[in-house]
Amino acid sequence: MTTTATRAMRDVFLDTTAALIDENPRVALVLADISSGVPQVVRAAKAHPDRVINVGIREALMVGTGGGLAIAGLRPIVHSYAPFLVERAYEQIKLDFEHQGVGGILVSIGASYDRAAAGYTHFSPADVSLFDNLPGEWIVHVPGHPGEVEGPLREAAATDDRVYMRLSIAANGVPRETGGKLLPVKDGDGPLVIAVGSTLDAVLAAAEGTGWRVAYANTVRPFDTEGLRAMAGRDVVIVEPYHEGTSAHVLSEALADRPHRLLSIGVKRVDLHLYGSAADHDRHHGLDAASLSARIGAFAR
Amino acid sequence: MTAAPYTYDDLLPLMRRAVDPLYGPEDSTLDVIWTLYDRILDVTPATADDIARDRFYLSKGHNAHAFYSVLTAKGFIPAEWMDTAFGPDSRLGTHPDRTLVPGAEISAGSLGHGLPLAVGTALGLRAQGVDAHLYVLIGDAELDEGSNHEAIAYAGATSLGALTVIVLDNDSASHGWPGGIASRFTAHGWTATDTDGRDHDAIEKAVRAHDGRHPHVVIARATSRI
Repeated sequence: MTTTATRAMRDVFLDTTAALIDENPRVALVLADISSGVPQVVRAAKAHPDRVINVGIREALMVGTGGGLAIAGLRPIVHSYAPFLVERAYEQIKLDFEHQGVGGILVSIGASYDRAAAGYTHFSPADVSLFDNLPGEWIVHVPGHPGEVEGPLREAAATDDRVYMRLSIAANGVPRETGGKLLPVKDGDGPLVIAVGSTLDAVLAAAEGTGWRVAYANTVRPFDTEGLRAMAGRDVVIVEPYHEGTSAHVLSEALADRPHRLLSIGVKRVDLHLYGSAADHDRHHGLDAASLSARIGAFAR
Repeated sequence: MTAAPYTYDDLLPLMRRAVDPLYGPEDSTLDVIWTLYDRILDVTPATADDIARDRFYLSKGHNAHAFYSVLTAKGFIPAEWMDTAFGPDSRLGTHPDRTLVPGAEISAGSLGHGLPLAVGTALGLRAQGVDAHLYVLIGDAELDEGSNHEAIAYAGATSLGALTVIVLDNDSASHGWPGGIASRFTAHGWTATDTDGRDHDAIEKAVRAHDGRHPHVVIARATSRI
């Protein structure tokens, strides 16, 4: 994962959300202090004090408030740092949105280890698999570039779907338009390597000079299994910037009727008690180009 | 709108028609819920989808027996549903589900969810210019849940005057509330009234004691008679 974008995903998210609050009287933003002091949020709160809601550092209340807003007919966007939004308030996501039968848009920052120097308390590699444990058909977006944030967010705001957007400071060099489908990026006669979100540039670097075919996904739930079946040969690799194997059950089920081999690569389930940078942690977990080259290369032989 | 088919005297017999295989009915909340629906709430089966209706959030979901009997008496659900309650084809569980029960505003069961949800709904109605009141029933033991205290502090700080909480105090909090339950609310700017949770006139007076500018809490004392 490389960090190259000048305007981060969070900035695009907050710009778009502020615009949506202006345009659409149903849209409300719920925060627990984090991002509340960003200029575009401060402006939006001044213009629409009823629909920019900062509850303080109270994540259970933040998500519960989002559910209550949805029950009242609004379209809540609930936003915080990933582990505090998804893990600390997990029962609220399950009961206050899903079990009530209402929708909302949950948007996290921080990803698996964006702020590696902050340590494990600020890491959230389990988030996507936690949504997999909820039966409520969550749509999960994992943008790989700031340019991939506005479209899905605007689309989500126009529906009543349950949506999770996982933002990161890690980003690929250029944005790609996927329309929620698996996007072919590189052709070849080797294994199909699916790169999710910000892992694409490292996967492409590792794939250079190989016969691997590379495809890109930034919407992982629902997963484009039709595209997968159309592209997959015998050997399939998926590289995800969160827990290793998170999507294995989806891919296995989609390919259950044909002989195939699947290699899942992602963040290891381990508390390393290490700081440093996100790039350091990419190496610890084998998500840098050199590690990917070695592991996928061995699988492809 | 037809007249409600049942009166207060029918509530206990209605509750007894619903047989929970594990627990008997418990009626500590019955008079509070009845008084709300009979005298306070501006909602009927005909206005159950009206955005301007008053709303009752039963956060203490395990008091479903009492809640269903009042919903029956007020015409939200047919009395026959009580005979098959909690069964394999019933819409009535020992915790209410808003997607299954007409008149149930939230799905409850896990404690500490009703008040945060009500905060969100109050904000959502205010944002739409809707003048409706929300009443949330929680228990004195349910008050242990930290999410309630997040909501109490925030609702007080932002003067959510559309919100009234009734704490049914049946003395079941394991560690009690030294200094009183009301102090947890008044410290955050709520108004508070204590009442006998069985006396309908007293309950009505306590619930109506809110000033509309601050959130209000009613501490209602009652224990189950059955």
